[in-house]
Amino acid sequence: MSMDWTQHLIVLPVLLPLLCAALLIPVDERRHRLKFSINMASVAALLAIAIALIIRADGADGPQVYLVANWAAPFGITLLVDRLSAMMLLLTGILAGAALIYAAQRWSRIGVHFHSLFQFLLMGINGAFLTHDLFNLFVFFEVMLAASYGLVLHGYNAGRIRAGLEFIAVNLAASLVFLIGLALIYGASGTLNLSDLAQRVAHLGEIDLVLLKAGMAALAIAFLVKGAMWPLGFWLPTTYAAASPPVAAMLVLTTKMGVYAVLRVWTLVFSEAAGEASGFGYELLLYGGMVTIAFGAAGMLATDTAGRMAGYAAIISSGTLLAAIGYGNAQLVTAALYYLVASTIAVGTFMLLIELIERIRSPGAAVLALTVEAFAIEETPEEPIGVGIPAALAFLGLAFTGCALIITGLPPLAGFIGKFSLIHSLLGSGEAESIAGVAWVLIALLVFSGFAAIIALLRFGVRTFWAMGRVMPPRLQLTEAAPVGALLLIALVLTVSAGPAFEYLGRASEELHQTGRYVEAVLSAPTVPSPAYGREAM
Amino acid sequence: MELVIALSIGILFGSGIWLLLRPRTFQVIMGLMMMDYAVNLFIFVMGRLRVDSPPLTLGSGPPDPAAFADPLPQALVLTALVIGFATTALFLVVMIGSRGLTGTDHVDGEEPPR
Repeated sequence: MSMDWTQHLIVLPVLLPLLCAALLIPVDERRHRLKFSINMASVAALLAIAIALIIRADGADGPQVYLVANWAAPFGITLLVDRLSAMMLLLTGILAGAALIYAAQRWSRIGVHFHSLFQFLLMGINGAFLTHDLFNLFVFFEVMLAASYGLVLHGYNAGRIRAGLEFIAVNLAASLVFLIGLALIYGASGTLNLSDLAQRVAHLGEIDLVLLKAGMAALAIAFLVKGAMWPLGFWLPTTYAAASPPVAAMLVLTTKMGVYAVLRVWTLVFSEAAGEASGFGYELLLYGGMVTIAFGAAGMLATDTAGRMAGYAAIISSGTLLAAIGYGNAQLVTAALYYLVASTIAVGTFMLLIELIERIRSPGAAVLALTVEAFAIEETPEEPIGVGIPAALAFLGLAFTGCALIITGLPPLAGFIGKFSLIHSLLGSGEAESIAGVAWVLIALLVFSGFAAIIALLRFGVRTFWAMGRVMPPRLQLTEAAPVGALLLIALVLTVSAGPAFEYLGRASEELHQTGRYVEAVLSAPTVPSPAYGREAM
Repeated sequence: MELVIALSIGILFGSGIWLLLRPRTFQVIMGLMMMDYAVNLFIFVMGRLRVDSPPLTLGSGPPDPAAFADPLPQALVLTALVIGFATTALFLVVMIGSRGLTGTDHVDGEEPPR
């Protein structure tokens, strides 16, 4: 046996959710606990796999390649794990676990097939993080999107239908643009394998290069619709505000998927080795990202519903990441990756928290009653049992403060470290003359967006927690408070251990920019000799 | 032949975009389907237009790729077709749900004021 079994860990984050989702479909909807257990077991296993993959990818031997169905590299589909994708898998696992526990008592019961769709969503997300083939990326995007369409509509009411209609129409159109891009890239270069493409870009003829650039631009539109760059992200706040909280938390992750895809494809294909095409489109990402930050900040100030506010926070975070990627500096990407992790956790937590906070203002069950009525399911879900946890109000206040601190980027939590290191990397050498004007504008935007977020969140917090007389301590379930607390705890750990985290992310970013290693690892990946063939040869 | 194919893809896609921007859900889904067809044709054409070239089959000896039609765009179209079909069907269900809940087929879920 030339290949040790741990090699197959790379394909498990795709296979496991697929199998679990299929397993969950025939299970009767009334058996909530069984469904939840299967789902949770899968998520726990995914977490363990993600950690194993991080350890594996962080070893000395660079990106890990898995040839699906044992087809040699440019012909078959290749999966690839490097430090970045392993980290994204872990982030997915963490957020999925929190959202799932949060949904256990109430939200998973207001409609059918929540758990199957949740697993399909995980399959799509994990697959898109792992794949190294553009068409396969499209397929996993579609799996992810199809599941998220179902999940956005989960707990069918008029608001969700309307938001869902918009969400689906925009994403279907984006998928078509994705396909056009793929076709152009294939027509121009003759390959869809990312490493193979990276290798061929430098040798393309003039006309083919123009076609390739057009194709990549179409691809970028599809990615940036997901990643909500202005002016492609108008669908986002409405959808986030309408979706149920655990789903909205997972949607935060799918937004980051768009940014991840841009980072992966652009660093690989348009690296310095790409010859004439090197650096194509980076400027647009930079300016687009900057406009997106301004748009998100303005939206945050303009809105007064918490759900939309969280949506705009996600847009600001996307814009920051895109601008940082567009700036095209490995050190800045390190800081951006840290910011990505911190802001994803913070916005995800905020999504979960909003609904709990809303209960202070309106007695909670109203929302549930409404959705159950609209959905017209026959059995009423059991009323959440138990007394809830003590000191609910204090918990909510603290959790809200924690989220707000990270989203705005105030010290002492992870958001501050992320933003500070972004600004630090932008200032770079420290001599004022050598810093480009655009860097100053970006810094100003970063500070301004933080300021806008402070005003918006402060206003929301004051109105909610300090409202005279109308505050009533809400009933919280342990399963609802625990994931919020756990996510904040993870954010705290991320803050305290920022040193090791930055070292890891630094290696990830450095690896990302050594495109030669990817090309070598993918194109020289050995296939496993088939036993039958071996016998014939003997 | 190139001109005919290019024109038909362009007309299909253009009509699709126009329909997509219309206010009724039926028009939107027809537009999406037209764009879907146009895109599928486009992917297929990316294998280059050739007349009378046979599909790739394994004969004796190593095959000469230049003598056969490019099989990859065909595979891609097949996948894209299936996915497009599934998502369109899903969208249709959502539209019917929207019609049922809001009582109108306007994409905003309410009739514009007259």
